[in-house]
Amino acid sequence: MVIQAIAFYMFAIVTIAAAVMVISARNPVHSVLFLILAFFNAAGLFVLMGAEFIAMILVIVYVGAVAVLFLFVVMMLDINFAELRQGFLQYLPIGGLIGIVLLVELLFLASTWLAKPLKTASPASPAPAADAVTNTHALGRVLYTDYVYLFQAAGLVLLVAMIGAIVLTLRSREGVRRQNAAAQLNRRRDQAVEVKKVQPGSSI
Amino acid sequence: MNATYLVHSRPEILLACLGMALLMYGVFKGDRSFRTVSWIAVLGLVAAGCVLSAVSGPRALAFGSQFVLDGFALFMKWLVLIGSALAIVMSLAFNERERMARFEYPILILFATVGMLMMISANDLMSLYVGLELQSLSLYVIAAFNRDSTRSTEAGLKYFVLGALSSGMLLYGASLVYGFAGTTNFTALAALLDGSDGKAPGLGLLVGLVFVIAGLAFKISAVPFHMWTPDVYEGAPTPVTAFFAAAPKIAAMALTVRVLVGPFGELVHQWQQIVIFVSIASMILGALAAIWQTNIKRLLAYSSIGHVGFALVGLAAGTEAGVQGVAIYMAIYLVMNVGTFCCVLCMRQYGRAVEGIEDLAGLSKTQPMLALALAIFMFSMAGIPPLAGFFAKLYVFLAAVDAKLYGLAVIGLLTSVVAAFYYLRIIKLMYFDDAKESFERPVPGEIGVILVGSSLFILLFFAYPAPIIAGASAAAKVLFPG
Repeated sequence: MVIQAIAFYMFAIVTIAAAVMVISARNPVHSVLFLILAFFNAAGLFVLMGAEFIAMILVIVYVGAVAVLFLFVVMMLDINFAELRQGFLQYLPIGGLIGIVLLVELLFLASTWLAKPLKTASPASPAPAADAVTNTHALGRVLYTDYVYLFQAAGLVLLVAMIGAIVLTLRSREGVRRQNAAAQLNRRRDQAVEVKKVQPGSSI
Repeated sequence: MNATYLVHSRPEILLACLGMALLMYGVFKGDRSFRTVSWIAVLGLVAAGCVLSAVSGPRALAFGSQFVLDGFALFMKWLVLIGSALAIVMSLAFNERERMARFEYPILILFATVGMLMMISANDLMSLYVGLELQSLSLYVIAAFNRDSTRSTEAGLKYFVLGALSSGMLLYGASLVYGFAGTTNFTALAALLDGSDGKAPGLGLLVGLVFVIAGLAFKISAVPFHMWTPDVYEGAPTPVTAFFAAAPKIAAMALTVRVLVGPFGELVHQWQQIVIFVSIASMILGALAAIWQTNIKRLLAYSSIGHVGFALVGLAAGTEAGVQGVAIYMAIYLVMNVGTFCCVLCMRQYGRAVEGIEDLAGLSKTQPMLALALAIFMFSMAGIPPLAGFFAKLYVFLAAVDAKLYGLAVIGLLTSVVAAFYYLRIIKLMYFDDAKESFERPVPGEIGVILVGSSLFILLFFAYPAPIIAGASAAAKVLFPG
């Protein structure tokens, strides 16, 4: 228990510290790197809770894809962040208003313990006991059986997204030189090299 | 997982597999295969229709009751399949002339159709959403398909951004419904809300329902969620507009009917006022805003907003007769729209498409047959008896009067008189104004065939309306058991 508690506080402190650094770092590249650190520590917290699947997804999707994408964008686009941050005071009132709205939402969320859903018992597929099977196993069991219809349909949506991206952006350009390995290898010595006799004292 | 589930969803599986197979074929053959791929896709849609007609039994649930196949789904699925098949056929000549004949076009329409079939068969908020996204995503891409044209790209982008917004609203509503009801399944929701426990539904559930209705109203382009329609219809290539106005609208309308009448059927007094407001607003805007339009595609966009308003009159009644009216309305609307857009596709001068209403002036002298066909469709859209459009309106208004919604029926009649103004203006332009340049001839063969077929349907509907009316009646009966 003690080790778990220590691990929890360590992960939690690093997450919060990294999160603060994300918004306070001057260099945007540092911000993104701190964001990645925050993601890793959040994943650690999930592992402590026994939600190893979400921890895995967090590392793969957020660290592996989203954060790296951010990093690319930040490094490739030359955005002047100092300029973006000007007028901070100007937008403070509206920002504060949104902050208050979010705070009220948090309070509402806390009060939903009081409101019970109409239907509480018998979900579509009862969750197995937590110690009998891992998260990933449990998800896999329903994903490919009870929800196979939605799973396949989601696959089709992704396929259409792929087709769309290609249809709308792929252009076959004229005059692009492509390497033709076969033609290169088929060249013989006499096609490539010409032997010239050069007379002494004259040019070719 | 059960093998019979696959039987119930055969058309969807067939079309999805065909789409992927054609994608492989197209990638290897290149854009030369546009015509081949298109015709195979049309054959696939016809085959899906044949597979559908082999279905027997009143109502079947599949995939853990996320999917439902009943009489209502059958009727609407046939309409959607017809709409998609005709849209592919109509696009052939246009796409080749405008140099957008790429093989992905019919494939995207196939996937959009799969999405529409899934929407119609949805029996769960999750399957509803996934079907809707599959359809919408394909439509965003098709809207921007002519990527070298700024207007087409703009239409696609506009549709995408606003569509994402509406999906967000729908999802928010669905999450509220799930949060307050504890289930996303339509059957379970209907059982929860039947009032047998004597409790009124919670406010949160109603707020969720309102958000779901708002998201669906966007997809059928009903006022006040119609703003995207004129811009997208005008900017998208004409065959795409023809497709947008027919099949997706029918699917979204079927989905709206199923959601409101099925799981939330007991809350009819709660949603009825929303549907009445949306219906009146759509009819009035569709009638008034179209008067000042000079672009025929924009005019047809406002006209389709008005038609959605008329169809919603039947839904507002909330009765079996009302749903039957909606089904009949969508069937006739499909044919009128396909026919009208065939005429718009014929509007070409000097090798390019023209879209001004003024370009139709004196069409009766230069191309009398085309003018006659367009006149038939315009009269039908205005609701002049004995054409089919009159019967479409008759059934929804009768249902509204039966449900004692007299005010709604009167406003509907008044707006249809106002709307008749701009339909008749087109006829006046064609028959009584001086002829200008003639349109290109000859009309492509497949377009001619569709034109003749749809004109005959509109003209002769009154003589033999039994199949459509019986089909719509059977479709409506399933949604009102007992």
